Amino acid sequence: MITIEHCTKYFHRGSVNEVLALNDIDLQVANGDFTTVIGSNGAGKSTLLNALAGSFFLDSGAISIGDLTVTRWPEYKRAKLIARVFQDPLLGTCPSATIEQNMALALRRGKRRGLGPGVRACDRELFARELAKIGLGLEERLQDRVGLLSGGQRQALTMLMATLVRPEVLLLDEHIAALDPKTAGQILSLTREIVAEQNLTTLMITHNMKHAIDLGNRLIMLHQGRIILDVCGEEKQSLSVDDLLQQFYRVQGEELANDSMLLT
Amino acid sequence: MTFYAAIGALEQGLVYGIMVIGVYLTFRILDFPDLTVDGSLPLGAAISAVAITSGLNPYLSLLFAAMGGFAAGMVTAILNTKFKILHLLASILTMIALYSINIRIMGGPNIALIGSNTVFDPVIALGLPPHLASLVVFSLFSLVVMGGVIWFLRTEFGQAILATGDNAQMIISQGVNTHFIIIVGVGLSNGLVALSGALIAQNQGAADVGMGIGTIIAGLASVIVGETVFGSRSIARAIVAAVLGSVVYRLAIALALGLDLGGFTFSPSDLNLITALLVIGALIAPNVKKKLLAQ
Repeated sequence: MITIEHCTKYFHRGSVNEVLALNDIDLQVANGDFTTVIGSNGAGKSTLLNALAGSFFLDSGAISIGDLTVTRWPEYKRAKLIARVFQDPLLGTCPSATIEQNMALALRRGKRRGLGPGVRACDRELFARELAKIGLGLEERLQDRVGLLSGGQRQALTMLMATLVRPEVLLLDEHIAALDPKTAGQILSLTREIVAEQNLTTLMITHNMKHAIDLGNRLIMLHQGRIILDVCGEEKQSLSVDDLLQQFYRVQGEELANDSMLLT
Repeated sequence: MTFYAAIGALEQGLVYGIMVIGVYLTFRILDFPDLTVDGSLPLGAAISAVAITSGLNPYLSLLFAAMGGFAAGMVTAILNTKFKILHLLASILTMIALYSINIRIMGGPNIALIGSNTVFDPVIALGLPPHLASLVVFSLFSLVVMGGVIWFLRTEFGQAILATGDNAQMIISQGVNTHFIIIVGVGLSNGLVALSGALIAQNQGAADVGMGIGTIIAGLASVIVGETVFGSRSIARAIVAAVLGSVVYRLAIALALGLDLGGFTFSPSDLNLITALLVIGALIAPNVKKKLLAQ
């Protein structure tokens, strides 16, 4: 279970560029919840996921995962509990290492790294079996450098690596946005399978309203660093893309109204 | 080039090769340009010389020299990671500080080792002539260091070092404290450089505070020459290429110094200029080649 309490984060605090990225957010995510996160650019979606992952510390508030309070844990320490897949397929893998070396790095996520061999012969079988699941033929290419793979292949590999050791929390930050529609579809169904199979507590950012409704059991919408919509279960299943768009326009209309009040 | 000059260049190439592996670790693997080496090479020499003249076993003195170098590298890396000082600047600061420290350690700008025990004694005792003895010792040391570093980089920890230089965000997300990795990596690099300095001092019979000048540039030149001539497709190959690059570099220097161009000859003090030109040439060659091919 993830608990976020009174979470506030400013960027460029005290300067003219000050942005209130997260505004006193409270959020509880139950174990096994698959939550989709939507909102316009600058709403605070990525900031929320980065705050969870520990890319920066909060200005105020607290974050706990299970019974652990991780508010002051650095990013690398939280990686024991949290796995991430980024929008940029290049961020999740090491280009000059081979596929098996990358997977071996992921297999030790959050564990001590000693002087044993980096890639163990007995793990190769596991890697090949996992790679076979994604059906891209990568299991035949364990010794190939990851830099040789396409963006889609790298993202599929990142997805596998993130869940090779079951994480308490999986964070997906628009992880299919940089891919062509066909590859995006493949990675999305891979995501669906893995999340269901491991019953992962997942937060997924997306700009695709249809995905936001179809995937997962809960949906939250952010706007100006606040959660303005939080639906789950049947209520979520009955949402339509139009409903969501209307919500979008409603909050943006308010923004326009505010602006026009200021200007007139 | 005479036979003795060739043997000398080979010897130098092998012993400086250990330093070159250190430079390869920071410059290529950690992507951390580290000028500390100009200070940690004489640091190793100073520690070893002081240890030997106060009666310590020459082999044991190498261990202390390497530990000293490791500590110097750690200082640079801590300044960079924990205090956010730019890596180049952090390493220059350590290098400058080491100049004074090295003089403090030696109690003066240099220490002579003539007549003292050295690591070559056991080999000379076997009946080898002195110039071959150092060649044998340096070959052994560079082989052991090459093998050791290649093995280390294949371990779980070594793989984390490679990943840190390759994609820091990725390896942080896999739970690795990259600050710790950089501190150990830069420490290890300077430990090797100091080891190399200690061996050089024992070979030339003196430690001198000025012997480190130009170490980084010689190291870079050797790494680049090695990659160009011997390739760098795998880590193991790149590390062997670094040492061989060092040998080629020293042979080239020996050739250049022996050159007689219608009365003009290079003097040893021209060495740094020649090296700088060599590195500049190697660095701009890929760009020039690309431009020429594009036309």
